[in-house]
Amino acid sequence: MRFMVIVKASEDSENGVLPTEQELAEMGAYNEELVKAGIMLAGEGLHPSSKGARVRFSKDSTPTVVDGPFAETKELVAGFWILEVSSREEVLEWVKKIPFRDGEVEVRQVFTADDFGDALTPELREQEDRQRATVAAQHGE
Amino acid sequence: MPGAGTAMTADVHRVVDAVWRMESAKLVGALTRVTGDVGLAEELAQDALVAALERWPESGVPAKPGAWLMATAKHRAIDTFRRAERLERKTTELGRELADREQAEPDWTAALDEVVEDDVLRLVFISCHPVLSREARVALTLRLIGGLATEEIARAFLVAEPTVAQRIVRAKRTLTAARVPFELPTGADFTARLSSVLEVVYLIFNEGYSATTGASWTRPALCQEALRLGRIVAELTPAEPEVHGLVALLEIQASRLAARIGPDGEPVLLTDQNRSRWDRVLIGRGLAALRRAEQAGRPLGPYGLQAAIAACHARAASVEETDWLRIAALYEALAEVAPSPVVELNRAVAVSRGYGPAAGLELVDALTDVPALRGYHLLPSVRGDLLVQLGRLDEARAEFERAASLTRNEREQALLLDRAAACGPAGRRLEAEA
Repeated sequence: MRFMVIVKASEDSENGVLPTEQELAEMGAYNEELVKAGIMLAGEGLHPSSKGARVRFSKDSTPTVVDGPFAETKELVAGFWILEVSSREEVLEWVKKIPFRDGEVEVRQVFTADDFGDALTPELREQEDRQRATVAAQHGE
Repeated sequence: MPGAGTAMTADVHRVVDAVWRMESAKLVGALTRVTGDVGLAEELAQDALVAALERWPESGVPAKPGAWLMATAKHRAIDTFRRAERLERKTTELGRELADREQAEPDWTAALDEVVEDDVLRLVFISCHPVLSREARVALTLRLIGGLATEEIARAFLVAEPTVAQRIVRAKRTLTAARVPFELPTGADFTARLSSVLEVVYLIFNEGYSATTGASWTRPALCQEALRLGRIVAELTPAEPEVHGLVALLEIQASRLAARIGPDGEPVLLTDQNRSRWDRVLIGRGLAALRRAEQAGRPLGPYGLQAAIAACHARAASVEETDWLRIAALYEALAEVAPSPVVELNRAVAVSRGYGPAAGLELVDALTDVPALRGYHLLPSVRGDLLVQLGRLDEARAEFERAASLTRNEREQALLLDRAAACGPAGRRLEAEA
């Protein structure tokens, strides 16, 4: 299961205040832990919304661009992780370990196609094995 | 409110499971370092898990659940140690030996508090030790490193739970009997032992990749598990190019998991896959891991080469845009480091795509007498395919018919007979002979 862990913006992040050395070190250690656990697929911090833009669509006109910054600070995104774990509980346990002292983090499951397993019947297994051999032999998988 | 408590207990159990997955390898690793016995270490860790299952529903999940488990296991370890010591005191003379040990105990306690980076890696090496059977290595690795329950492993491999439990018990006994030390192998031994680790990860992945069934613990989950294990090992041994090669291979293969299955659950061949369904995140990670393997400055090993081949497909927007010349060259390199007739056959297919069917046929023809491929239906099937492209339909028909007679799979047989029929009626000369 893949989750996006969304870090909400704060006054500081929107004002471009950089994290302290200690905060950076703590975050570095946390990220290292995620990597070593084999679950971190991606993780990035975002520039303040003042450097961003919104593009609005409507059926009557061409898309219009609205430049940042945007007002509703707590609804903005300041960064994210993409984590791959085996349960919702697991991602929440990891999120609880983030070295934040305030603020809010939102956890959302990413749509992936890894739920198709149930569509297969056991009889397909042998066939699948053989097809795999075909794939392996013909296409260098 | 009846039921609410039960629901909450179930929630807590799921949290305990999650914490266990996150912490068990570190826990068992530290306990093995201190007790010198992986079997005892796992029992102590399990005791802590049981304690959590008993207490957390009432006390709530502690703020640092991992530390809680470690502290609990530590207490159990000390109890066990003291009990053993008391027993020994009864049966042996009191003497200097014991005094030494009493002095040693505080260090021993401190040792459990210490976080040792290598603990998990040592545990990986022990779980994949060559003294164990392959099945035992796989089961023990999933259990100790992956933190999976016996039941989950059993479901993943479609075997009975007692079978897996037995495998694990026997594996732990074997390790104790062989006095396998809890340490990192060095020198040439390191390379050999690491390749056993990589093989185990690869076996787990393939079990998930080749056998996607309707079992409740879905097979893609097994691929995920292998990927996670591979990533863990890669971070523990960052200087080893083959580890990154293996991770690259697994990431790229896993990127195709969704595209390999059609809407009705039927398998889809690589050339027919909808490439927009490939997982770009995993491809990106796979390519990055391959770069790490290449940056080691040594020639790629078997996993690295297979990853490089997989990467050629991953980079191509379509079958036509695939760099078949490079794939052919990579197969040639692979045939050198890991020679096998199947690799040769793959190379022939890549050569035919890159240099035309005649060049491919030449390579395939060289394989027709290889004993290992004698009953292998894909050899005549590939040969038939190349003959069709060369317009030699009579020969192609015979090859497809031969391939059909060699496969036991009805669907595939029908497909091959269709292809044989598509080659048109048998030539005049053959008719005259009949």
